[in-house]
Amino acid sequence: MKLAIVQFKPRKGEVEANLAALGDVFAQLAAEEKPYDLIVFPEAALTGYFLEGAVYELAFSTNTLAERLAQLWRERAPAKRLKPVDVAIGYYENDGGTYHNSAMYLQITPERHEVVHVHRKMFLPTYGVFDEERFLSRGRRLQAFDTRFGRMALLICEDMWHALMPTIAAIKGARALIVPSASPGRGIEGRDGELESVRYWHELLHATAVEHGVFIFYAGLAGFEGGKGMTGSSRAVDPRGATLAEAPALGTCIIRADIDFGEVDLARASLPLLGDLGAVLPDLLLDDELLPALARERP
Amino acid sequence: MSVATLPVIDAAPSVPSLVIDCALTAEWLEAFLRDELIERRGVKSAVVGLSGGVDSAVTAFLCARALGPEHLWTIRMPYRTSSAGSLSDAQLVIDALGCQARTIDISGAVDGYLQHEPDADPRRRGNIMARTRMIVLFDQSSKLDALPIGTGNKTERLLGYFTWHADDSPPVNPLGDLFKTQVWALARYLGVPPSIVDKAPSADLEADQTDEGDLGITYAKADAILSLMLLGYDDARTVARGFTPEEVRLVRRRVDGTHWKRHLPTTAMLSNTAINEFYLRPVDY
Repeated sequence: MKLAIVQFKPRKGEVEANLAALGDVFAQLAAEEKPYDLIVFPEAALTGYFLEGAVYELAFSTNTLAERLAQLWRERAPAKRLKPVDVAIGYYENDGGTYHNSAMYLQITPERHEVVHVHRKMFLPTYGVFDEERFLSRGRRLQAFDTRFGRMALLICEDMWHALMPTIAAIKGARALIVPSASPGRGIEGRDGELESVRYWHELLHATAVEHGVFIFYAGLAGFEGGKGMTGSSRAVDPRGATLAEAPALGTCIIRADIDFGEVDLARASLPLLGDLGAVLPDLLLDDELLPALARERP
Repeated sequence: MSVATLPVIDAAPSVPSLVIDCALTAEWLEAFLRDELIERRGVKSAVVGLSGGVDSAVTAFLCARALGPEHLWTIRMPYRTSSAGSLSDAQLVIDALGCQARTIDISGAVDGYLQHEPDADPRRRGNIMARTRMIVLFDQSSKLDALPIGTGNKTERLLGYFTWHADDSPPVNPLGDLFKTQVWALARYLGVPPSIVDKAPSADLEADQTDEGDLGITYAKADAILSLMLLGYDDARTVARGFTPEEVRLVRRRVDGTHWKRHLPTTAMLSNTAINEFYLRPVDY
């Protein structure tokens, strides 16, 4: 599978200009001889992340956005229009008046396009600089889904910060996690010359890939939004935790990688943690102290 | 039989650090300035008021790196009682950067008003000077098709040690999330002339005035206390980390008494569409 992770920088709220820029990316990718199979974009890729009340003006219906993206691909990538291509992208979704921070996995074929899966962000950060749940509703279910390359799951930004989320995705059969993200950079102590928030992402992606034997395709939004600098730091990580490619925190770029999903089987054979988890997790979940502990008001 | 003594490894105390990676910080702030001015607003040039102090010097150095010295306009705005050292220190910055420079004496403008208010105390006079400088910076920006850049640091913003709608008024500020001691570190990294970094900081509104004299505490202590306070440490925990109760109280009183200075004016809310209460749009929308 030939993969592109696009570290994209939208202009705030300028959807048509951003779609045109995304079309330029399609054209650039289509100019390569070997066709791309999967193109991954960040969270809120076509609007910018911090929208506050403007989210209600800028959210897309899933079908409308899918149609626009398919049309854009056919217009801007005519040389590749006879090949199928898959696109994963984060966007603000208007579902009949209920608004979500969502990501879709879209397959575009010469004849038609199909929304393979929509994931609605479940963990909406609403603290400090973040205010998502003031404006958005959270998703209610984490699903893995089948693609022509194998089973995958979408996790949006903070979804990934809760260890249970990639765990459930892996248990549900995901062999790759696609992580569209928008991460405002912070922490200038500079261990390893990186922002603290970037370093934490690196550790998280590495540890998660190793624990579950999954590929992780992390696409970070780029650019400054009202003083808050989004750390692109896009990254492809293999099922042994090795970073295949990483992008800088600042600026836009494309990560290109050839992915062999057979690596997942090999990684899990040598480190069978996911299998171990399957054996032990029922005991952990059926522990009769667990739900009462969750339900109990803390003293 | 002798008993083996196991080596003991002491854990470091868990305290927030004020140490910064200056190269990383400078790179980030330069990208911020380019993004805010050139990419977002299509403005190539910046106007910085040079006081001779370290904050405006660091701001000027960052602007010169981000935009090129030919796109940096520095303005010195002395009042007739300003110290000669402020002017000459500002000149060191101009010489080091090779940027555009101009000196505009604000004495006429300030005194033109003060002749009607001869009894104004030093605090009022200082505020009038600061607000006059704000007028000059905005007007020069308009003339030069440039953007005024703010120089206020996090310490003075938190302590309320600035003139409201004057020092804090420029639309873009690279230093506002850096404590004063972090600005000093960045200044040394950027090569700001040592005489500027090492001198006692002063608003230079009155003779022999120093910031630390005005504030009643050193910046080193204020920054350490502020960083703990912002992370939620209460006064007892802060005192336990080596500060006197008086120092901690002084800092907390200044912060608690100046929250209004870090906000836009208080507006009476009358509707379901009140601006910034219900009608919420980000600054870059």
